[in-house]
Amino acid sequence: MLAMVLAPLIQGVINRTKAVAAGRVGQPLLQTYHDLWKLLRKGAVYSQTTTWVFRAGPVVGLAAMICAIALLPFGAFPALAPFAGDLVMAAYLLALARFFTVLAALDTGSSFEAMGASREVTFSALAEPALFLGLAALARQTGTLSLTSMLGSVSTAMWMRAAPALGLTIAGLGVVFLAENARIPVDDPTTHLELTMIHEVMVLDHSGPDFAMIQYAAALKMWLLGAVIIAIAVPWHSGNPLLDGGCAIAGMFGLAVVTGIIESSMARLRLLRITQLLVAAIVLSGLALALVRR
Amino acid sequence: MKPRACLVSVEMVTPLSSFHTGEAIPLREIPNLSIAEFRTAILSAVSSTCSLAALFGMPGENGHVRLIAVVADSVTNSLSILSTKVDQSYPCLTLECPQAHWFEREIAEQWQVRPEGHPWLKPIRFHAPYRSGNSLSSAPVPGVTDFFAMAGPEVHEVAVGPVHAGIIEPGHFRFQCHGEDVFHLEISLGYQHRGVERALVGGPGKRTIHLVETLCGDTSIGHSTAYCEAIEALGGAAIPARAQVLRGVALELERLANHTGDLGALAGDVGYLPTAAYCGRIRGDFLNLTAALCGSRFGRGLIRPGGVGFDVGKPLVAELQQRLEAALKDVEDALALLWSAASVQARFEHTGTITRETCEALGLVGPAARACGVERDIRQDFPSGIFRFAQIPISKWPSGDVFARAWLRWLEIQHSGAFLGEQFASVPDGPILSPAGPLLGDHLVVSLVEGWRGEICHVAITDADGRFARYKIVDPSFHNWMGLAIAMRNQQISDFPLCNKSFNLSYCGHDL
Repeated sequence: MLAMVLAPLIQGVINRTKAVAAGRVGQPLLQTYHDLWKLLRKGAVYSQTTTWVFRAGPVVGLAAMICAIALLPFGAFPALAPFAGDLVMAAYLLALARFFTVLAALDTGSSFEAMGASREVTFSALAEPALFLGLAALARQTGTLSLTSMLGSVSTAMWMRAAPALGLTIAGLGVVFLAENARIPVDDPTTHLELTMIHEVMVLDHSGPDFAMIQYAAALKMWLLGAVIIAIAVPWHSGNPLLDGGCAIAGMFGLAVVTGIIESSMARLRLLRITQLLVAAIVLSGLALALVRR
Repeated sequence: MKPRACLVSVEMVTPLSSFHTGEAIPLREIPNLSIAEFRTAILSAVSSTCSLAALFGMPGENGHVRLIAVVADSVTNSLSILSTKVDQSYPCLTLECPQAHWFEREIAEQWQVRPEGHPWLKPIRFHAPYRSGNSLSSAPVPGVTDFFAMAGPEVHEVAVGPVHAGIIEPGHFRFQCHGEDVFHLEISLGYQHRGVERALVGGPGKRTIHLVETLCGDTSIGHSTAYCEAIEALGGAAIPARAQVLRGVALELERLANHTGDLGALAGDVGYLPTAAYCGRIRGDFLNLTAALCGSRFGRGLIRPGGVGFDVGKPLVAELQQRLEAALKDVEDALALLWSAASVQARFEHTGTITRETCEALGLVGPAARACGVERDIRQDFPSGIFRFAQIPISKWPSGDVFARAWLRWLEIQHSGAFLGEQFASVPDGPILSPAGPLLGDHLVVSLVEGWRGEICHVAITDADGRFARYKIVDPSFHNWMGLAIAMRNQQISDFPLCNKSFNLSYCGHDL
């Protein structure tokens, strides 16, 4: 529930960080909420060349993301519906959402959107192994296949024991976080240049409530991947659920600030180089797994 | 490469009238050549150190078209004019002289004269011709033409524009791609064609100066200076020293503002936010200096035939000097961030490279040419006004890529800043305006100005009454658009916005 409400705020924090770094006042922290509200009140325009696939894209994308959030624990709160192996489910819910976004993009028949779809699947084909290897390393470490018990059992004691593996996992997942959420250095969320976009170009033809669903699903996705990283990076458990929850939320905002700082301090990579970055993420996660296998 | 003077070879064909920028010459002194002599003269000139500054048609006798070529020799710092008479067609120059490519398409479009053998004969502005004939379509529609296309199962075409996602001018771009690689880019413009050249015929009138100031919105000073120098040459006005200094100051302020804005936009295109944000603000600081001179951030109303429209007092000069120093310091800091970011350099270097040979063959001008190592700058080669007394060193950089075009702008910012500092320190006293008299009849004048984007060429030709019979404008973009298309070959399509911004060409200056 918390995720559903707070997710759009993360983007606000990132944008505010970037604005401060550039010496600007910046947009309000709650801008994403305003945008969503504005889009929901608008009508949607559909191209005559599109089919039901185009309309299904945002709905399926959002539904998959909400289901994935239901599998995610946060702070001391367990997930709504945890079960053994739900991490595989969560990863494939993300893949399902992406699959439908890509289909909807291809459905428009636009050369831009097809170009974006091609880029998206190329990069996610590399991001997915990195995600899985990272989660596998964690699963091996904690001996469980459920996100709730897995993320809940990361503790300071575990950090003492296996800091290198956990550190590598965070690095690998961090790259996946940036790539999956279309952040610099992989994608530029603020660009208006359709030829350089990856994620944005696929949703150019969506409007109104459909676009709001896409934006909201993107915010949830960022929350989801961010929460996994924060659960590993902030391993303290006080036993007080409120304190732990607050700690995790502070961690999320901290992650947003770090993302904002990364975006303010470096340029986007050349498109060809992104694959190298993602392969590096696979190697990091793979190393983490190798370390815990030993 | 050792420069070799070109006039000798031209003189073999004809006794040549060689003259300077801003010098009125009687029409009867312009040699009327046969088309064969005309072609030989141009081809031999451009094969040495000359470049084609302008090539255009105007109505001739008996319904014929008179072609006029302005050839600029940067070694002897002189211009030569050639003319010939054509009717329906003539053998094209483009195959042997790629510089003529765009000019010949323009001639075909305007005057229905077919340059035979032209490899790429399509409209460039999509307007109805000035003369009836059967060469090209009589009522073209912008963007409707035979685009180059490639066929094959793995080749795809991407069409961008004329409506773009950002707030930029309209232009249509067709990419022939294989995956992310660009084989070929074709650029189709003309959406901003307003018919300025035709509107100037019969002038000068009250509206003329305003038309010239808005030829290309970001180059108001450059174009109005070129226009005024033409008028002053025809009207026999001697510009007061104070006005010359103020014109030079305005021209360099325009360069500073635009170069700073471009560098910020280049940083923005690679997603490097700090420099993008700072340069956007600093560009405004430079524009505000121009506004302090004349009340308009783009310098409208400042440059007037015979001098300048606004004077500056001593306190204002001191204030301008202080504000300039502050802005220059800021831009230095903002760019230090840009040059020190490895991720930015990785994007800039080896992107959109143009070799020096290609640059010279296409006749690129301005920073785009100097970034290929070519020493080509009107302020040195054909100086007028204050630039005859105060030289600005030419900046150049050899690598020809996006980095070179960015770095060159930084070099020019430093040189222009130093120049402005000197000028502010010694603004001569005296009047600011010395009105021009009535224009000489049956004369021709060429005025060249190094605008921030490159060589601006205005050619004014008067009739017997001293009215414009033809007014030809060549914006630097007219020379350089083809350079952008060539720079994109074998590049990544995702690098196009970056390459495009590194040229930052004008659409309305091209479309006129």
